[in-house]
Amino acid sequence: MIESVLRGLGRWGLDLLWRLGRGHLFLWEILKGVPETFIRFPLLIKQLYSVGVLSLMIIAVSGLFVGMVLALQGYYTLVDFGAEDSLGVLVALSLVRELGPVVAGLLFAGRAGSALTAEIGLMKSTEQLSGMEMMAVDPMRRVIAPRFVAGVISLPLLAAIFSALGIIGAYLVGHVQLGIDAGIFWSQMQVKTDWSADVVNGIIKSVVFGVVVTWIAVFEGYDCVPTSEGVGRATTRTVVHSAFAILGLDFVLTALMFGG
Amino acid sequence: MNEPLIKIRDLHFARGDRAIFKGVNIDIHRGEVVAIMGPSGTGKTTLMRLIGGQLKPDRGTVEIDGQNVHALSHDDLYALRKRMGMLFQSGALLTDLSVFDNVAFPLREHTDLPERMIRDLVLMKLQAVGLRNARRMMPAELSGGMARRVALARAIALDPMMIIYDEPFAGQDPISMGTVVDLVHDVSDAMGLTSIVVSHDIKEAAEISDTIFLLSGGKVIESGSPIKLKRSTSPWVQQFMQGLPDGPVPFHYPGTPFAEDLLSGSEASDYD
Repeated sequence: MIESVLRGLGRWGLDLLWRLGRGHLFLWEILKGVPETFIRFPLLIKQLYSVGVLSLMIIAVSGLFVGMVLALQGYYTLVDFGAEDSLGVLVALSLVRELGPVVAGLLFAGRAGSALTAEIGLMKSTEQLSGMEMMAVDPMRRVIAPRFVAGVISLPLLAAIFSALGIIGAYLVGHVQLGIDAGIFWSQMQVKTDWSADVVNGIIKSVVFGVVVTWIAVFEGYDCVPTSEGVGRATTRTVVHSAFAILGLDFVLTALMFGG
Repeated sequence: MNEPLIKIRDLHFARGDRAIFKGVNIDIHRGEVVAIMGPSGTGKTTLMRLIGGQLKPDRGTVEIDGQNVHALSHDDLYALRKRMGMLFQSGALLTDLSVFDNVAFPLREHTDLPERMIRDLVLMKLQAVGLRNARRMMPAELSGGMARRVALARAIALDPMMIIYDEPFAGQDPISMGTVVDLVHDVSDAMGLTSIVVSHDIKEAAEISDTIFLLSGGKVIESGSPIKLKRSTSPWVQQFMQGLPDGPVPFHYPGTPFAEDLLSGSEASDYD
């Protein structure tokens, strides 16, 4: 009994290390193909459209509503302390530092990450990737690298749009519905939000999440078992692992950026 | 005879504990049409992938045009692949590209030809497979037979020295089957291509091939012209060539005897 548990644990550990190793070698192969992606610009543009532009709607709508909810919740708490004038600051800092990169990252993993995994997984299961290899076209450079670069470029931009629309949503609720003075709302926000400490750190987070989520998505697709069940499992793994990675890394990055 | 174009020596390959090849030796000469045959599960597709350098053997070598495929660098392997065509069973067409763009794909990737010339070349290749007028269709709109013909046009787009066909006749209606048989024969003849046909369709493979290699148990058990194989006295060869359900290759998958299974009374299954 104990022996079989230990054996199972050992196998799980070895599998995990094996996969981690493969994932990192895979990332290295992608990075080697990145310079070519910028030379073959049309491929990148096509992926920027399907990964970035097509994610715009969910990001924009979510951003707007998150900002509106944040304003409502923030107002009802702040008003007890007579600090409702700080609503703009509260919303801006919450979005720029945390919610923008994190929620946009989670939505991106669900919308674009899962689509990337499914697309690449299906290309694998229908032998399109093998076919390319046999036509002497490296799928790492032709298929994977442009998608990776598109993901890394898209997420920071989407996170910025998420935060911007969130702030606009908060303004609509705060000023139009709850009657906070617009001048105070914007000026407090402008004074208390620091470019490098808040905005740049938020951008760094979204770049890191962009790399990690897209890496997970393309790796899961490329490494999946080429059956319908295998592609389904890989897609699920992309969303789950991306969520863990975003939340875990967010803690680490926040501790590094704002802890000291 | 000249030095073989493809030389496979003492090829060993295993998946986990299951040995697929246990010392395969095959010579294929330039311009020859060779059929590699055997029952399902003998590793025909695996052999194709070993020849194409997509899998590495555990032991032994595959030489193509004097180059050891598995000792080549990434760039040299890709350079060699430009001179090889491969036709996958599914066609492996790129689903986001039209028929025209699929055939143009290798030309656009590997040459700097102007678009006008690419158009002419693609139309010539599509004309050869009878699908010039289907060039605007998407792969999802094609029947299985048409997809395979488009894949053939794509495989010959760069005028390769050899072409590998994976089960080109499987799952085809009689008309498509006849078309594909003719095409494989005509393309090999017209272009002087060395062709390897991986198949288990005896009649069709025998019709077009100069030499047949029969695989079983991880080895080549018989090779020679289709006529020689039909006259073979080996019971295994006779079972395969005549399509008999039982013989040296048993009908039942090996395992526990039936009586023992019935008496054991329980089954571990997913539904427990």
